Amino acid sequence: MITFMNNSDSEEEPCNERTSLMSAESPPVPSYQDGLQASEAGEAQAHRKRRAGSSRGPNNIAGGETSGSGVPVRESTLENEEEELTLKYGAKHVIMLFVPVTLCMIVVVATIKSVRFYTEKNGQLIYTPFSEDTPSVGQRLLNSVLNTIVMISVIIVMTVFLVLLYKYRCYKFIHGWLILSSLMLLFLFTYIYLGEVLKTYNVAMDYPTLFIVIWNFGAVGMICIHWKGPLQLQQAYLIMISALMALVFIKYLPEWSAWVILGAISIYDLMAVLCPKGPLRMLVETAQERNEPIFPALIYSSAMMWTVGMAKPDTAARGLSQQTWDAAEDGREHLRSPSHAESQMSETRSPVPTRPVTSLEELEEEERGVKLGLGDFIFYSVLVGKAAATASGDWNTTLACFVAILIGLCLTLLLLAVFKKALPALPISITFGLIFYFSTDNLVRPFMDTLASHQLYI
Amino acid sequence: MGAAVFLGCASIAFGPAAALLLLTVAAEPLRVIVLVAGAFFWLLSLLAASLLWFVSVQLSGREDAALLLLGAAAAVLLQELCRFACFKMLKKADEGLAILSEDGQSPISLRQMAYVSGLSFGIISGLFSITNILADSAGPGTVGIHGDSPYYFITSAFLTMALVLLHTFWGIIFFDACERRRAGGLGLVVGSHLLTSGLTFLNPWYEASLGPIFILTLCTGLWAFGTAGGSFRNVLKCLSCKQEPEGQVMLYSALQVPPEE
Repeated sequence: MITFMNNSDSEEEPCNERTSLMSAESPPVPSYQDGLQASEAGEAQAHRKRRAGSSRGPNNIAGGETSGSGVPVRESTLENEEEELTLKYGAKHVIMLFVPVTLCMIVVVATIKSVRFYTEKNGQLIYTPFSEDTPSVGQRLLNSVLNTIVMISVIIVMTVFLVLLYKYRCYKFIHGWLILSSLMLLFLFTYIYLGEVLKTYNVAMDYPTLFIVIWNFGAVGMICIHWKGPLQLQQAYLIMISALMALVFIKYLPEWSAWVILGAISIYDLMAVLCPKGPLRMLVETAQERNEPIFPALIYSSAMMWTVGMAKPDTAARGLSQQTWDAAEDGREHLRSPSHAESQMSETRSPVPTRPVTSLEELEEEERGVKLGLGDFIFYSVLVGKAAATASGDWNTTLACFVAILIGLCLTLLLLAVFKKALPALPISITFGLIFYFSTDNLVRPFMDTLASHQLYI
Repeated sequence: MGAAVFLGCASIAFGPAAALLLLTVAAEPLRVIVLVAGAFFWLLSLLAASLLWFVSVQLSGREDAALLLLGAAAAVLLQELCRFACFKMLKKADEGLAILSEDGQSPISLRQMAYVSGLSFGIISGLFSITNILADSAGPGTVGIHGDSPYYFITSAFLTMALVLLHTFWGIIFFDACERRRAGGLGLVVGSHLLTSGLTFLNPWYEASLGPIFILTLCTGLWAFGTAGGSFRNVLKCLSCKQEPEGQVMLYSALQVPPEE
């Protein structure tokens, strides 16, 4: 879910010409709430996942978490200014999302192409109980549809559970769930990934070194995600976690089920975010009513607060710490929400707290941050990774899916700038991605192969 | 074979494109978006052309050179059609950006968009042409073991480089011709694209295909340079790094209100 939030829900809004206008706005921060819901949903899922005992997660389920719930459109007080600023910074926001999405996809594709572990069939998740090893096409199709139904139901149940948890204010439960989830992701999955990479390149590593490396990686990750840390380090950890989750899905989802699940998740995302009774939307609205921030952990935040030449260092420092703290809060959720295909683009509140109070000095440029849910990262990477893994060794399919996803993201951000409410980030990208995958694999590949074999160029 | 061939061919094929990207496109978000949009349009054209070829092969039941020729020609025409569609979309976007900007001027000019979209067509076309070949070149094998030319990789790399540059130049010329409604420019772009594609049918007779293609690239480059407003005098002025005449500076400062702090 992508939400475009212009409000910051921080109480410490420094007073400047912008914030003074913003205060006239009615409840700010719907997006945060969206994020919160999403993270909660993610948590619910993670919790469920943990209960199920599987180490892989239907974090995907988080896909459903996409809290595309519409953020109330800002009152027109600021609307014109907002619009101009939106469009002025719009292109930058798009790039701020292009870069992490591209990085995540590059990590996933590089791993898929080099480490054979993630393309080997080694069992299935319990969330996709039906096997696809049947001889008949109809049976296989039926099994994949059934797998999808099971997976989506799990996602829905966990999302609803998360919404209930959030509604009844079981914050400790949610936070504990998220922490356990991120622990597993940062330690266990990283250990497996590192082991497989070392095996592929035939590099020996002794256990003490391994322990120190994994311990440091995991501990710093937990701190960055759940507490405070430099923004870029937190972003890097979120990207790595999304890539790990996507690799797990690529490995453990059977072929046809993966494609049907991708399609179904984007439809679910659309409904959960836009329908009035959708769980994600309810989550967002609840968070809005309570004026609470969204869990930063479940959401990738590309907020940039530029405080150049501090006029008021203390204010800035306060703002910064608040921002990172918020990010940490979110980070907790995101582990759950990897499955949440929650893409939220919101004005992060970060700008507000960190912005130095005034005006006097520098050019502080208030950069509105853009937030995208981690579930979206995961599903984009699953699509591109599956294309890299299964498209007959063809790079053209991977490239086509990559471009399709970027264009879908661009269009979604454009719609976000136009509608100014939370939007699901999955449908357009996944639709384009699926169309391009199947058409490139079946139509373009033979054409280009024939041309290349005669060294013909078009 | 191996890393040397892979890196060498990749650098030959994408060196100019990478340099152009890093120096001119990477810093500006709007240009990156135009780049991705251009790549998308090219992919659409390729999809349509592949569909056409696929259907014709299925209908005729056999796969022969004539169908491939037709398929390639259709691909070229569809690419130019999609370039036109790209032009239309970018023109609209340009107008929209101009309306929404503070001073009534779009942050990116149509000429810049022409250049970036041409570059994007070139890059994605080059990627689709050579990525699989590069992936194969990194692994073991013997080139031309069945009697084909042993220079396959390096000639492919040079052809890709030429194609990337050609697409960039065509983009500039095409957009300018569309803007000024000159059919001559359009016709020449389509014609030279068809000619380039046709010349590659002469592979592996590389003297006849690579040579003319590079001459064509040079000529198209000069033509695009002229279209974009360049001239011999401009080049000289740029190389000699002359300062602006004093009179202009004074005029400017005389009219300028000191900026507020």
